[in-house]
Amino acid sequence: MDWLFFFEVSLAGLGFGALYALTGVAFVVIYKATRVINLAMGEMLMFGAYLFFGFAAGFMLPVWLAIVLALAGGALLGLTLERLVIRPLLGENPISVFMVTIGLASVLVGLVEIIWTAAPRSLPGFLPDDPIFIGDAFVAPKTFWSFIIAGVVIAVFLVLFRFWRGGVALRATASDQGAAYAMGINVPAVYSLSWGLAGMLAAGAGLLLGSIAGISSEMGFFGLTVLVVVIVGGLDSVLGALVAGLLIGWIESLAGVYLGGEYEHLVTFIILMVVLLLRPWGLFGTREIERL
Amino acid sequence: MSDRILEVSNIEVVYNHTVQVLRGLSLSVPRGEVVALLGSNGAGKSTTLKAIANILFLENGELSSGSIRFDGDAVGSRPPHRLVRDGLCHVMEGRRVFEDLTVEENLVAAGYASNGGSGRAGQDMVYEYFPQLYSRRRSLAGYLSGGEQQMLAIGRGLLGKPSMMLLDEPSLGLSPMLVEEIFGIIARINREQGVAMLLVEQNANVALALASYGYIMESGRVVIDGTPEKLMADDDVREFYLGSGEAEGESKSYREVKHYKRRKRWLS
Ligand SMILES: Nc1ncnc2c1ncn2[C@@H]1O[C@H](COP(=O)(O)OP(=O)(O)OP(=O)(O)O)[C@@H](O)[C@H]1O
Ligand SMILES: [Mg+2]
Repeated sequence: MDWLFFFEVSLAGLGFGALYALTGVAFVVIYKATRVINLAMGEMLMFGAYLFFGFAAGFMLPVWLAIVLALAGGALLGLTLERLVIRPLLGENPISVFMVTIGLASVLVGLVEIIWTAAPRSLPGFLPDDPIFIGDAFVAPKTFWSFIIAGVVIAVFLVLFRFWRGGVALRATASDQGAAYAMGINVPAVYSLSWGLAGMLAAGAGLLLGSIAGISSEMGFFGLTVLVVVIVGGLDSVLGALVAGLLIGWIESLAGVYLGGEYEHLVTFIILMVVLLLRPWGLFGTREIERL
Repeated sequence: MSDRILEVSNIEVVYNHTVQVLRGLSLSVPRGEVVALLGSNGAGKSTTLKAIANILFLENGELSSGSIRFDGDAVGSRPPHRLVRDGLCHVMEGRRVFEDLTVEENLVAAGYASNGGSGRAGQDMVYEYFPQLYSRRRSLAGYLSGGEQQMLAIGRGLLGKPSMMLLDEPSLGLSPMLVEEIFGIIARINREQGVAMLLVEQNANVALALASYGYIMESGRVVIDGTPEKLMADDDVREFYLGSGEAEGESKSYREVKHYKRRKRWLS
């Protein structure tokens, strides 16, 4: 066994896993606050990546400004979807809300294909590309930096959730909406906040993913693996999204290299099945939460 | 400015467009005073409080007629969190603490009631009324005892410096000693903060000992109202709500016997 190679494959997997985790956090934030399983997450991510592409390559704006605008655009997309589509449906049968998010996903794909066509493209580079070595192991610089950025962002979120007053309001609303109202918390504003934050996170993940793997109108499929990640981690757990994201990224990457690419997703779904059988509420989820 | 902080006139409430629960209920609460709202299970007491706090929509309920005015203005035009910030606090039935938040975080969340954020001073006031909470401030609210949870529920309400509190069965599930302790604190809060209270209780004895006026409701409307003296002198009230009266000893449960003993303590 070539341990150096194993280590390199693992690092690449963890790098990708960090993006699963980041998108997973966006998923969890929405689920916690509004109990909506948002199947359009992958497409929100894609939309963010295309916004960046549009600002940076289309309008030739400086990269930093394009990043800021793409993140803001992602947040705005989240806010708009929540206000126009999700809020009128809250309290309806969860399955219909779930179906609506599937519809949203195809609308976003359509929108991207109309504006930018379906052709795959590559994003203007914005991550440093000096080669990185950890010990003797080589890590692709984009993977390395996206791992660092995702890690920092998730850490910031964990801290905000715990200590920021708005984070407390979000957790309070997640735990008991009626009681949150009784505390004077503006519950609809918390919904907006959660979708806005999630939209921004997804756009950020889209930028990172796009810079590693390029963008296309199909990159929303990424969201399916993220769905597996959050079910494994526990739909309502930020920490769960982090751990399960890294775990699944790592295992997928090992499976892809040692077993062959066709096993990547098979392994992911085996993990999903095992977790659903043994711990249906996920590794870190709250137990009483009903499952799909 | 009216001397009645809360005026409920002739309200009807329907759940799911089909089940009518309140049928023309009226009551009012004078500023700074405690009013008791009594009645048996399912009479519609909690529904009345939900209507006042404007949270019926959360349970697919609707105020189909009548009017509710808090501090002069109709409640229907204000979303619930706005009412809370305007000084109308609702301590809901079953305590409803945020179980996976710590005591301190529960209070931080409750700080939203006082527009600009209340910070330390508000929390210190809560700990002053409920010293027990201070030593438990870092534990998850879900691990508190029932009594401590009730203290937290009331304490959270205090943070918004309310001018009126709606208290839904604060004695529920507590030992007689704790009931006495909590009602002592409720009385103190009323006295020291000048908070008006609409106190829903099954435990009529403790509620009437505190109140300056009482309403008794049955199937969605008020059947008797009056001063505690008048209510306690009424034979029906004595029999059905105070656990004494003609049928003494016949069909009394242990709980009712306890009521009776407690009544003696409270009313002596
Ligand atoms: N969300 C709801 N949907 C349908 N019916 C409801 C709902 N909430 C309450 N009810 C019904 O309304 C009636 C009054 O309920 P409410 O909770 O107001 O009673 P209560 O006087 O507070 O009783 P308790 O002393 O048991 O708390 C009951 O018959 C109850 O079944
Ligand atoms: Mg009730």
